[in-house]
Amino acid sequence: MSAPGTINAGYLENLLAGQPHLPASPLAWLNALRAEAVDRVGVLTVPTLRDEEWRFTDISQLTKMSFHPVRTTISLQVADIERFYIEEATTRLVFIDGVYAPQLSSAITDNGVAVVNLEAGFAAHAAAIEPYLGRLTEFRDNVFAALNTAFLLDAALIVVPRDISVAVPVHMLFIATQKDVVSYPRCLLLAESGSAVTVIEDYVSLQEDAYFTNAVTEIALVDNARVNHIRVQREGAKAFHIANCAVSLARASNYQSVSVAFGARISRYNLNVQLAEEAECAVDGLALISGRQLADTHTCIDHAKPHAVSHQMHKCIVGGSAHAVFNGKIMVRQGAQRTDSRQSSRNLLLTNKAHVDTKPQLEIFADDVKCTHGATIGQLDNEEVFYLQSRGLSETAARNMLTYAFGAEIIERIPISSLKCQLEQTVLEQTTIQP
Amino acid sequence: MIYKDSKILLEVRGLCANVSGTEILKGLDLTVRSGEIHAIMGPNGSGKSTFSKILAGHSAYEVTGGTVMFEGQNLLELAPEERARAGVFLAFQYPIEIPGVGNSQFLRLTYNTVQTHRGKEELDPLEFDDYVREKMKLLEMSPDFLERSVNEGFSGGEKKRNEILQMAMLDPRLAILDETDSGLDIDALRIVANGVNQLANKDNAIVLVTHYQRLLNYIVPDYVHVMEAGRIIKTGGKELAFELESRGYDWVGVEHKATARATA
Ligand SMILES: Nc1ncnc2c1ncn2[C@@H]1O[C@H](COP(=O)(O)OP(=O)(O)OP(=O)(O)O)[C@@H](O)[C@H]1O
Ligand SMILES: [Mg+2]
Repeated sequence: MSAPGTINAGYLENLLAGQPHLPASPLAWLNALRAEAVDRVGVLTVPTLRDEEWRFTDISQLTKMSFHPVRTTISLQVADIERFYIEEATTRLVFIDGVYAPQLSSAITDNGVAVVNLEAGFAAHAAAIEPYLGRLTEFRDNVFAALNTAFLLDAALIVVPRDISVAVPVHMLFIATQKDVVSYPRCLLLAESGSAVTVIEDYVSLQEDAYFTNAVTEIALVDNARVNHIRVQREGAKAFHIANCAVSLARASNYQSVSVAFGARISRYNLNVQLAEEAECAVDGLALISGRQLADTHTCIDHAKPHAVSHQMHKCIVGGSAHAVFNGKIMVRQGAQRTDSRQSSRNLLLTNKAHVDTKPQLEIFADDVKCTHGATIGQLDNEEVFYLQSRGLSETAARNMLTYAFGAEIIERIPISSLKCQLEQTVLEQTTIQP
Repeated sequence: MIYKDSKILLEVRGLCANVSGTEILKGLDLTVRSGEIHAIMGPNGSGKSTFSKILAGHSAYEVTGGTVMFEGQNLLELAPEERARAGVFLAFQYPIEIPGVGNSQFLRLTYNTVQTHRGKEELDPLEFDDYVREKMKLLEMSPDFLERSVNEGFSGGEKKRNEILQMAMLDPRLAILDETDSGLDIDALRIVANGVNQLANKDNAIVLVTHYQRLLNYIVPDYVHVMEAGRIIKTGGKELAFELESRGYDWVGVEHKATARATA
């Protein structure tokens, strides 16, 4: 590894440059939150390879570039973005370079369900969201989350009231259209007691130059709530994507998430899940990268209370001279008896220049628990290749099929069939080597 | 069934092979004509699966001597997929699981690939669906297996049935069934044997590797071979299987050594 670069001292000040001009919110607590975030940015530094949490992920390139907040928003037509639509997800919140685009969105507010932008939802939901917004994410020790919070003005807001199931999946679509722009997507989902909802958080691009997405998502599940969270990171090839997601599960709630990372030159996804009694989560991921891409996923599943269940399967398919990183921490706190936790990290290297660093990390402070974890790194299994060849497929066809299957195992867990087909197609295209 | 003047499908002469530097096959001879059913029996580790996988073209085994001719061509020169297209089929002793590949997609792709190479028409997904369901009926398999990943979570017996389903689809000239009977319950054994019998005809041949005479009640072999230490040391008719069942293998080895000494 190259020596860690020294970060240009003015870098964070530059990123903060646009912040003082943000209009003040009528909510005092939100202004206070932003002010605190600005302070934290002043104290924190940009991580380097010397930081334990970043030791495989060199973001010095990001700091060499200068990004500014969006100055003029581009207006797009439905025809420009239709191809990103997901058939089943007719409720849609669209953000262009981080700015809410009401004319392209189909917000809903009925039965107490709100799928709106934060500005529109504040009046009705300020009290409900105050305990969660900016509180689930630990922005105080995370410079990127702090930056995002310093710029917190608007956001995608989903509030599902008690015992309501939202039938239609909600699509939060973040579209990058301008180069050199940094955007701060923000999502807040509050699933009240006994409610259920499926959300898709989707990052796409209409251009191929460099830009920077710095996103924060906060999800709160109250007792017995069910949330399906599908995250699709298909940013442009030169993009930088850094995202923090914090999920808090109250008693007997259920969180199912599938996150896929296909895009960006460098991406980093931090997912923190905290489980209360009898809560259950399934957290699955797929990074499919090639060329010189780097995709880093850091997850922390925190069994804070007894009788919770967590299942995690993370896969990486790495081609070219790409580099994937997975760090999966499972924390079982003292008193979290009868925890049931299963984690597996499986990695497929398609070339001998491809590289993966995987680190399952179990920290167990309770004694009556069932925790299993395992990591594999490898090429395709020769016995599997032979099996397919013995049925008439060429070696190339056999390898393509197995590579595809490796990724499809994760994609199959997406409960929205048109999105599943779309992503399966992407996996197929990216894993097919012509003979 | 033994037919008069039927042509030779497979001719193995003096086959020797190594795996990881250890010699496993030590001069194996076998001739199979079209229409015939052969059974190969023999103790664990004698090389039956090794021989089967070498016929299918597994690259872990190094052939160090001998010849294998299949319908007049040198089988050892062909890649595994070329052998499959030419009509060699191996039902594996331990079929592997392929999570993520749908069974139906897999069956259709292999079927269409093999058909194309044989100069025959491919089937579109709808036509294929009818075709595969009809074959599944033959094996009394539920169509639910089409929706699942290849062999994933299948029970031992279900995997074996899925192998025979593939055999039925690919219509091989030479089918080698490596312990297809192990792990089958009594009903499944009858069903699978029935399926195999329906697939047997005067133009193809079947080599059954088995440990149990029971299978041979259902699929009646024309020849029974005993394999030991990498060679076929005795060949007989179907009665030989009964004799092996009651007497074990030891006497065959003793007898073989005696004749070897006598001819030396
Ligand atoms: N990859 C390998 N490396 C080392 N030894 C091997 C390998 N594959 C097979 N062998 C050895 O070759 C011998 C023959 O194995 P094979 O599987 O062909 O036996 P078999 O007759 O099919 O036995 P069974 O009746 O138990 O299925 C065994 O001693 C086995 O341990
Ligand atoms: Mg065997």
